[in-house]
Amino acid sequence: MSQKNGNLLEVNDLRTYFQTEDGLVKAVDGITFNLKRGETLGIVGESGSGKSVSNLSIIRLIPDPPGKIVSGEVIFDGQDLLLLSTEAIRQVRGRRIAMIFQDPMTSLNPFLKISRQLMEMTQLHLGHSKSQAYEHAVKMLEMVGIPDARERADNYPHEFSGGMRQRVMIAMALSCEPELLIADEPTTALDVTIQAQILELIKRLKRETGTSVILITHDLGVVAGMTDHVIVMYAGKIFEQAKTRELFATPGNPYTKGLLRSVPDPTAEQGKLYQIPGLPPDVARLGPGCPFAPRCERAEEICHKEFPPFVQLNPDHCSLCHFAKEVFAESGGQMSDQDR
Amino acid sequence: MSTQEFIANPSVPPPQAAGDEPLISIRDLKVHFDLGGGGLVDKLVGTNTEKRVVKAVDGVTIDVYARETLGLVGESGCGKSTLGRAVLHLIPPTAGEVLYKGSDLAHLSGKRLREQRRHLQIIFQDPYASLNPRMTVGQIVGEPLETFDLASGEEAEKRVQELLETVGLSKRFIKRYPHEFSGGQRQRIGIARALAVDPDFIVADEPISALDVSIQAQIMNLLERLQREKHLTYLFISHDLRAIRHVSDRVAVMYLGKLVELANAKDIYAEPLMPYTKALISAVPVPDPEIEATRQRIVLEGDVPSPINPPQGCRFHTRCPYMIETCKEVVPRLVQIKPNHFAACIRISPDHPNIEDVAPGAAPGLESGQHS
Repeated sequence: MSQKNGNLLEVNDLRTYFQTEDGLVKAVDGITFNLKRGETLGIVGESGSGKSVSNLSIIRLIPDPPGKIVSGEVIFDGQDLLLLSTEAIRQVRGRRIAMIFQDPMTSLNPFLKISRQLMEMTQLHLGHSKSQAYEHAVKMLEMVGIPDARERADNYPHEFSGGMRQRVMIAMALSCEPELLIADEPTTALDVTIQAQILELIKRLKRETGTSVILITHDLGVVAGMTDHVIVMYAGKIFEQAKTRELFATPGNPYTKGLLRSVPDPTAEQGKLYQIPGLPPDVARLGPGCPFAPRCERAEEICHKEFPPFVQLNPDHCSLCHFAKEVFAESGGQMSDQDR
Repeated sequence: MSTQEFIANPSVPPPQAAGDEPLISIRDLKVHFDLGGGGLVDKLVGTNTEKRVVKAVDGVTIDVYARETLGLVGESGCGKSTLGRAVLHLIPPTAGEVLYKGSDLAHLSGKRLREQRRHLQIIFQDPYASLNPRMTVGQIVGEPLETFDLASGEEAEKRVQELLETVGLSKRFIKRYPHEFSGGQRQRIGIARALAVDPDFIVADEPISALDVSIQAQIMNLLERLQREKHLTYLFISHDLRAIRHVSDRVAVMYLGKLVELANAKDIYAEPLMPYTKALISAVPVPDPEIEATRQRIVLEGDVPSPINPPQGCRFHTRCPYMIETCKEVVPRLVQIKPNHFAACIRISPDHPNIEDVAPGAAPGLESGQHS
């Protein structure tokens, strides 16, 4: 089943553009990354950075019009999802790639019992009979830690709290044992003690089922605890990608550096908080240079004029910056073999 | 009742910040919302036979000292925003007092209340909902100047320009409308509006929660700069424990309408005493993979119970890993466990501050008579 190199997912030069009144918005503009089986990849970025659109593109849920995937490949288990027929992609969605979203209330049908919504998944994808599907639904609810799962199965979504609804969503997403779970800000709407519960749950289920996970979040703390690799997005581009530990220890991009420094660390002494000046760019009006240059501390003339190169710092570590090597060295980063 | 009597009341000694006078004193403040039920008709019909009351804030006593930032943290439904609003009398308190420089706001009426309230301002969470979309930035920021007869005409316009510059916005924006701005910029407009009347005290109710990470840092820094320059006092309300740690001098933790712990920011994060605070602090994701890899996290069971008819005794007992039978009956008080570190838990006392070291089933706080 698996590809030679152990990659479950290979995204190559994916571009998703939106035609808007303000002109063409290049929401995702040429992103490339791989995900190995059993790994967790974090995608961080601020609003409008393209992190959610990239993942909607992977499962082809981009509303067209106004959106369009204009180029690229999404190789999932050897198959380019962008070439599949609408019918074939529906077989993949939910069955082999599942998604959970930020707001569990809007992703559940308020008129249907939880059990019905869970049963739909396995009846459709696994061909379960009604009673099989019901038993499976109860089993899934138990697995995600819903107390009294059998009684609760016949409740409606509004009878659950936010954290419980997110558990239901996770139960639904995992009910067909997908190979890839895409979680888009799964804990952003939840309280911190409930967030801890959900993150522990995702970790445990990942261990038990071996599912690969793409975790989209704006919270660098969540990324630090949950992921093996991280991608930092800005203005539709990947600005930096690396192993999680390396990215936090020795970032090679000024934007990543700024982002890391602007999050208060509760375990450290509180000095003045670093702030990235200015505002995120209007993606419809990007100049020729680096999109971050207007906010970047170390930007030089070239940054405003020429688009930066994607510099490889280490086998798993790349940064989009004219001065990537310098920034990396300043963070204390060591390049392994110079001429790889 | 006079201020003196309350301060003399030993049940909850106000924590002392070095020699400062309290600017705001909150005394046994309660805000209850009646949801109906329990009436004669209800009983006859057989529905809603029990009276239902949300005890959003249920007996909070705390002082806010001049020029400090008091962080108020808790999960949704704990009553932190209601408390913030009740302090300003935007929601009338059911019982208790709020003293501003020693005078009780509740006893003021109409004109006097408005006059006093000028010194007390609020910044809201949602910069999209808290600005009138039909007013220009100039009108929004200038309105309080007119309301309180502080300036008008050219003088007001000049003042508005100054205010915009103070919060880091160009004065060219004066004729624009809120929808033309980003979330961070709108929050700056809201801050400018609050500053227009030269307040002493600002309730900042989740001021950064709706903003992006890089913009959050900008707003936190702005609030800190304004505090230094204008000698402001903040009640900073947030569910974001990292932000609270960063901006606050002291931190108060709230759970289902009650304060459960209060201490200096540094102490409460380094050594939380009450089990809920312990879980809360341990649940905060730290942006450092090395720390995250080895960290032991206390994961609480279950959800926050409904504030309608909350649990008896200690309200946290339904989720507390250290719960003993007595916790279901005794309502713990906020007691000084360590110097300037207060916690509400019968299972700890000044002699036994660490709950991990307390013998199983023991309640040293109860034995020393602090909670009776």
